[in-house]
Amino acid sequence: MKVTEKDVAYVADLANLELSGDERTAMLRDLNSILDYVERLNELDTSNVEPMAQVSDRYSVEEFKQGSDRFAYVNREDLVEGLRKSLSQELALANAPDADGTFFRVPKVIEK
Amino acid sequence: MEPTQLTIDAARSAVQERRTTALALAEAHYARIEKEDVEIGAYLTLCKERALEQADRIDRMAAEGKPLPPLGGVPVGIKDVMSTCGVRTTAGSKILGHYIPPYDCTAVARMEAAGAVLLGKLNCDEFAMGSSNENSAFRPVHNPRDLTRVPGGSSGGSAAAVAADMAVVALGSDTGGSIRQPASFCGVVGLMPTYGRVSRYGLIAFASSLDHIGPLAKAVKDAAIVLRTIAGRDPMDSTSADLPVPDYVADLEKPVRGLRLGVAKEYFGEGLDGEVRQAVESAIDKLKNLGCEVVPVSLPHTPYAIPTYYLVATAEASANLARYDGVRYSYRALGVKTLSEMYRRSRDEGFGAEVKRRIMLGTYALSAGYYDAYYLKAQKVRTLLTRDFEEAFCRVDVIVTPTSPTAAFRLGEKSNDPLAMYLADIYTVTADLAGIPGISIPCGETKEKLPIGLQILGKHFDESTILRIAHAYERSA
Repeated sequence: MKVTEKDVAYVADLANLELSGDERTAMLRDLNSILDYVERLNELDTSNVEPMAQVSDRYSVEEFKQGSDRFAYVNREDLVEGLRKSLSQELALANAPDADGTFFRVPKVIEK
Repeated sequence: MEPTQLTIDAARSAVQERRTTALALAEAHYARIEKEDVEIGAYLTLCKERALEQADRIDRMAAEGKPLPPLGGVPVGIKDVMSTCGVRTTAGSKILGHYIPPYDCTAVARMEAAGAVLLGKLNCDEFAMGSSNENSAFRPVHNPRDLTRVPGGSSGGSAAAVAADMAVVALGSDTGGSIRQPASFCGVVGLMPTYGRVSRYGLIAFASSLDHIGPLAKAVKDAAIVLRTIAGRDPMDSTSADLPVPDYVADLEKPVRGLRLGVAKEYFGEGLDGEVRQAVESAIDKLKNLGCEVVPVSLPHTPYAIPTYYLVATAEASANLARYDGVRYSYRALGVKTLSEMYRRSRDEGFGAEVKRRIMLGTYALSAGYYDAYYLKAQKVRTLLTRDFEEAFCRVDVIVTPTSPTAAFRLGEKSNDPLAMYLADIYTVTADLAGIPGISIPCGETKEKLPIGLQILGKHFDESTILRIAHAYERSA
């Protein structure tokens, strides 16, 4: 077993999940079964392999350029308005579960 | 022909030539949805008002004799992971059950600007996480070809809607196979473009380095028309490529004679169903008869694709889904006393089991002490998987494989075994990791009349060649 009950509690805490007792039991079983399966990656020697964080690491539309110059095309002028207008306050608050017309309202942050 | 069985060109020209109206086409599709979708469950939300307004605009253009845009009057469905301004967008999740986006996804806006009539939003696995559509928080989708079977996932609603004539075409998204695998299960065409070919702006993020938007259609030409419409640089997505968009439709007519098809033994090994193997092999023979040359290639790291994918995708998902905190737009649990309790209980009640499992796995893989062993390791193997393709594509133009190891399985068959479910994507995840394009086209049926899919993978930004071969195969079949 790679993952223990304590690990599940710790990771749930990091992920801002509560998880019921039953969920924790199932999570313990599933995470261990999946991590056992991914263990096979260790069959590969990757000591001299660069990690790939995204596709354009390997491939760029301007391959002849070096470093950040390759992605110069993503730069744009710094516009005050941005590429589109900002949302109005009313629209930005429209989907909030609780708002007072000016702010998002949340439960007490500082505990006694 | 029934108004719900038309291709894009047939629908558009019928509206253009006033043999029908965009309004009549939309209404015929809504009538069909009302009749068929009770059992299938492809649509989560219909947006009739928006559809009928657009249909009216197109009909007025046609009445004035103005040439209609490429999708003029064509009824389409959109997977519910793409934001639609003013129309509920749930990502198949309870946590976004009441979310009304204040803006449109770029791909959706481009479809509408090209004249498409947006019928509604299509069911999918929650946050596009799943291979059977059983992870939708609202209801599972049933395969129109056999209602006891799944339509595949995560774009199960998109595939089912197109297969059941409830949309001419649909947009789906593909992170590990979510366009191609359901297309294969439902017997339709599904195209995943190159990473960066189509803007992801307004797509609800699952795994940002793997997410792709693409079409599901009844014919290869329709997929080409939609790709031509939605492809191209978008300043709102910095990963969208600044490359010209070829005329995919005109390129369909180029000859396929002399093209080299790679066949990799790693895609025909253990776990591949006998009937699927037979259908794919005879499809390859047919392509040979059309003048293509078959070349054996090796993609030796293929057995490592699923573990790589489930570490990279879940790590990215755990970060992307951190935004659902019950403050700005997502579900909030009732009766909570503190902020911390509100976050936890809202996420606990709002997310389904598979989403929580992936958040947990991704958080674990990124956590202190495990980052190198899991996430970094997977990123390195991702490089090896990509190199496999780069080397193979020095020798061949495309690679042909089965889309999925089996035809559609039964509802409930794999829902208690996450690992078995993950293996349904074994032939599709590699293309997502490498960022190359892939298409699935129907290539026969099993004895039980279930569709089988042929997958054609291509070089970066070479959708033209895979579409051309798919089109030649479709015409010959």
